[in-house]
Amino acid sequence: MSSAPVSRPLQRSAAKAAVGSVAASRIAREDPAAVRWLLTGLALLVVGVLVVVPVANVFWQAFRGGLGAYWRAIAGDPDTLAAIRLTLTVAPIAVAANTIFGLAAAWTIARFRFPGRAFLTSLIDLPFSVSPVVAGLSLVLLFGLQGYLGPWLRAHGWKIIFATPGIVIATAFVTFPFVARELIPTMEALGDEEEMAAVSLGASGWQTFRRVTLPNVKWGLLYGLILCNARAMGEFGAVYVVSGRITGQTDTIPLRVEKLFQEYKTPESFAVASLLTMLALVTLVLKVFFEERRRRELADAARMESAAEEGGRP
Amino acid sequence: MNTRSNAARVLPGFRPSLGWTLAYLTLLVLIPLGATFTKASTLGWSAFRDAVWTERARAAYRVTFGASLTAALVSVVLGLLVAWVLVRYPFPGRRLIDSLIDLPFALPTAVAGLVYSDLYVEKGWLGRFLVPLGIKGAYSWLAIVLVLVFIGMPFVVRTVQPVLAEIDADLEEAAACLGATRWQTFRRVLLPMLLPASLTGFALAFARSLGEYGSVVFVSGNMPYKTEIAPVLIVSRLEEFAYAEATAIAVVLLLLSFSMLVAINLLERWIRHE
Repeated sequence: MSSAPVSRPLQRSAAKAAVGSVAASRIAREDPAAVRWLLTGLALLVVGVLVVVPVANVFWQAFRGGLGAYWRAIAGDPDTLAAIRLTLTVAPIAVAANTIFGLAAAWTIARFRFPGRAFLTSLIDLPFSVSPVVAGLSLVLLFGLQGYLGPWLRAHGWKIIFATPGIVIATAFVTFPFVARELIPTMEALGDEEEMAAVSLGASGWQTFRRVTLPNVKWGLLYGLILCNARAMGEFGAVYVVSGRITGQTDTIPLRVEKLFQEYKTPESFAVASLLTMLALVTLVLKVFFEERRRRELADAARMESAAEEGGRP
Repeated sequence: MNTRSNAARVLPGFRPSLGWTLAYLTLLVLIPLGATFTKASTLGWSAFRDAVWTERARAAYRVTFGASLTAALVSVVLGLLVAWVLVRYPFPGRRLIDSLIDLPFALPTAVAGLVYSDLYVEKGWLGRFLVPLGIKGAYSWLAIVLVLVFIGMPFVVRTVQPVLAEIDADLEEAAACLGATRWQTFRRVLLPMLLPASLTGFALAFARSLGEYGSVVFVSGNMPYKTEIAPVLIVSRLEEFAYAEATAIAVVLLLLSFSMLVAINLLERWIRHE
């Protein structure tokens, strides 16, 4: 909707009226200072106890033996290094697979209307509500030695459960919806006008996707990617079930944290956990940054659209 | 609507992208979950019933369900409070606090479990104050609830916050003009408007809690009949190679997750129609 041209004085008085109503609404919405202070204090206490104190405690426990001990706990332990290597191998594969899926799913759901579309959208959310342990179990039932495909896999010399492929599949299962969940609303909000224009100007489907869609959804995509990655590197339950937890071989970083904890090596456990905590903090910082960029781009797109609409009017 | 039907004709790539989406979804998610149901169905009804209804399994459902329900309720109350303060009261550091709300989404559950088990023991940072008062926040039922609130509260904040921010000031003005006190306005006008979002947040937190494993296994002590949750029981059955029993309990959890998924979808549809 474009606004009709308004004469200057009229505009000014409208602005004044708006200021007046803002002031009135402030009064109606104003809570007594005591209530404000009390509620703000309580909210800060909640966030402090639930989130800030635990994060501080991780670093305090990790570094209380000094930097040297911290370094030895991580770099001096070949099993921990093996766990870091495994996580750095598994997470990128799972994230890449889910990103390709996310792009395909977003293109399908945000750009086309077809029967079963709403159902497909809810199916994508399914892994969110499945317990990671159940996800792991279902993979064991399929690929494990006693599983449906076990004998066949064994005959071909393939090992999935208690090996890296199983860990990759379990990680991909649990982090399955993350990229798609971010991309679908982003693409829907952007609309398809630019893509339609590209196609009608003779761009191929692939060119349109690479030159128009990808740059447009970049921030939403990156946002989904880092969330997916944080979850992939931190996945515990599903990987716990399928990995067999062979020290130095199938332990990922979170499994290593648990094993050290079980062996009463609490300082070492916290040292390794601090790596994952730093990952979470970096993820949060990037998330805020990407979110800001995405919001700005969506606002720009909306402004362009309304400008185009106005310009198109006689 | 018109653009959409044009798009369907003009934009290419519908078939390959739909094909890839369906293939990946089927291979990665649907076939494994199908295998779980198939395996459970080979048990036969009476064996299935015996497996899911042992005394230990019943205790595990009770702990899972009770702790998740309690945690989700606490999450709603705390989440509403935090969302309210973040939307309504500007204070220094608000943006920082706002971003910290998402930390539980990004922090691996194993880390959450590790640190929560350490905080509430007798010598821990919070336990040293709470344990003398008789509050045992580690290796207990309360420990499970605490860590589930950590995981569940962000869901409530993030569903309530945008709805609260969108509420028109006119409504509160009108209520105030008609002589309502602030509390009456909150209870009679604002709370009903926040109800669908709060319910969605509750359902998301509850669904997530039902399946949670990584954090609970660290903090609960995993005592059969007392603090053992259903996912932990599945794992211990698996470690005994009792696949049938593990699968049967997994099916119970899966059916619960499916019904939660349906409930969440219905709630979200309700919000969109409001």
